[in-house]
Amino acid sequence: MSVLVIADHDNSVLKPATLNVVAAAQQIGGDIEILVAGEGCGAVGEAAAKVAGVSKVLVADNAAYGHHLAENLSLLVAELGKGYSHILTSAGTTGKDFLPRVAALLDVAQVSDIIKVEGPDTFVRPIYAGNAIATVKSSDSIKVITVRPTGFDPVAAEGGSASVEAVGAAHDAGVSSFVKEELAKSDRPELTSASIVISGGRGMQNGDNFEMLYKVADKLGAAVGASRAAVDAGFVPNDMQVGQTGKIVAPQLYIAVGISGAIQHLAGMSDSKVIVAINKDEEAPIFQVADYGLVADLFEAVPELEKAI
Amino acid sequence: MKVLVAVKRVIDYNVKVRVKSDNTDVDLTNIKMAMNPFCEIAVEEAVRLKEKGVATEVVVVSIGPKASQEQIRTALALGADRGIHIETEEQVQSLAAAKLLKAVVEKEQPQLIILGKQSIDTDNNQTGQMLAALCGYGQGTFASEVVVEGDKVNVTREIDGGLLTVALNLPAVVTTDLRLNEPRYASLPNIMKAKKKPLETTTPADLGVDIAPRLSTVKVEAPAQRQAGIKVGSVAELVEKLKNEAKVI
Repeated sequence: MSVLVIADHDNSVLKPATLNVVAAAQQIGGDIEILVAGEGCGAVGEAAAKVAGVSKVLVADNAAYGHHLAENLSLLVAELGKGYSHILTSAGTTGKDFLPRVAALLDVAQVSDIIKVEGPDTFVRPIYAGNAIATVKSSDSIKVITVRPTGFDPVAAEGGSASVEAVGAAHDAGVSSFVKEELAKSDRPELTSASIVISGGRGMQNGDNFEMLYKVADKLGAAVGASRAAVDAGFVPNDMQVGQTGKIVAPQLYIAVGISGAIQHLAGMSDSKVIVAINKDEEAPIFQVADYGLVADLFEAVPELEKAI
Repeated sequence: MKVLVAVKRVIDYNVKVRVKSDNTDVDLTNIKMAMNPFCEIAVEEAVRLKEKGVATEVVVVSIGPKASQEQIRTALALGADRGIHIETEEQVQSLAAAKLLKAVVEKEQPQLIILGKQSIDTDNNQTGQMLAALCGYGQGTFASEVVVEGDKVNVTREIDGGLLTVALNLPAVVTTDLRLNEPRYASLPNIMKAKKKPLETTTPADLGVDIAPRLSTVKVEAPAQRQAGIKVGSVAELVEKLKNEAKVI
């Protein structure tokens, strides 16, 4: 058995989610290799070679893979992937974009967003917004899998000494091209890997009031998230959305402020270790999953919280 | 140009699902079903393209049991022109769905195919990408904006760090994110009119597609329940508990 992990990166930094995917790969067993595909991504290849438990790193450095266009990347991964028993990547937007294409090109099923490995062909994944947990068995020769990073403890980023090999293949499907990118700038930790997350919902009333959460976040070293209601109302950008259709987080501490706790939001945060809810509605469903609930007006409670920590 | 939209019949998004006591699946008997919310957004986008004069015909397709015709009729009431129902009582997994849709694409030759980014039952987020791969088309997944310009479509995609815009040659596949649009409601006259719109029925066998599942479900369980928490009386008490009891700050 051999597992190919496709690295999650931005051409300069190896994203931490890759370490969680390698952890999932270790539970499957066999030789683990990492593919770093991108443009000017040599530093990422070197970082990947240091990851614990990895035997080889393949670096495909080509303009065709610069923006991780699914049409090009999937051709590369499908070609290389034929030699492996498992192909894994993290269930971020890049992995969700290209990996099903790889599966279709290989004529195999994909298992999405696994949270547990039961065996080389058996995996556990949430369905129905996390309201049911399915154990599925794949009968395909190559298992193509996206991994939910919060389901696995990361392996060490240092300590490995894998060999690095360049891959010459340059696939350009010629059907798509990159136009532009607008990335949200933030000095706070990344939402999916932060140990503390503070999120605001419709109760925040407007975008300016999120400033209160940013102040608390900066004191705690926390990331700031949001419910769909807050995103749809235009309070904050969509990449802050936590939930079934946004990001899945499982921090040590999740503070939900002015969030009612709809099924779709709970799907994104109910695996957090400790959940705190601050809401003036005593009946809000969020209190059914909160370890600590405070029934209070957030406009009084949040500034008070900032002072108290 | 012709636009093809795929819609799926799923459990209504507000329903709290229950796992069957024998752990074989979730219990869907007597449960309210509806069109998958992401598919509604796909229908709305196609209808808007028609209203702008970009699309000439909107064809809606659904794979599933006989009752899926309700969701096709809903799409027709929202403004689609005709429907195709691929009828099967079997469970159809993403790869098989993509193969069935590919057969429809070959027959209908649409320039744009719009799907939801994921169905809220299986949460797979695969079918659109698989269809694009099988057809060799470009894909604009998790779209929050779709602009057709000549023989290309510019798709703004919601990605982890923000937004990314790609240009795709037509024909292309687009999957919808929640922020693409706000779906309209079907009016009663339109619901009545939709009953007269053409709806063709076919089967996986007619289309020559093998839909045998590749994944088998070993078991389905309820998720671990969280312990009921406590209510605190003040911010000071909350901070004290977080520091000394939970030890998370």
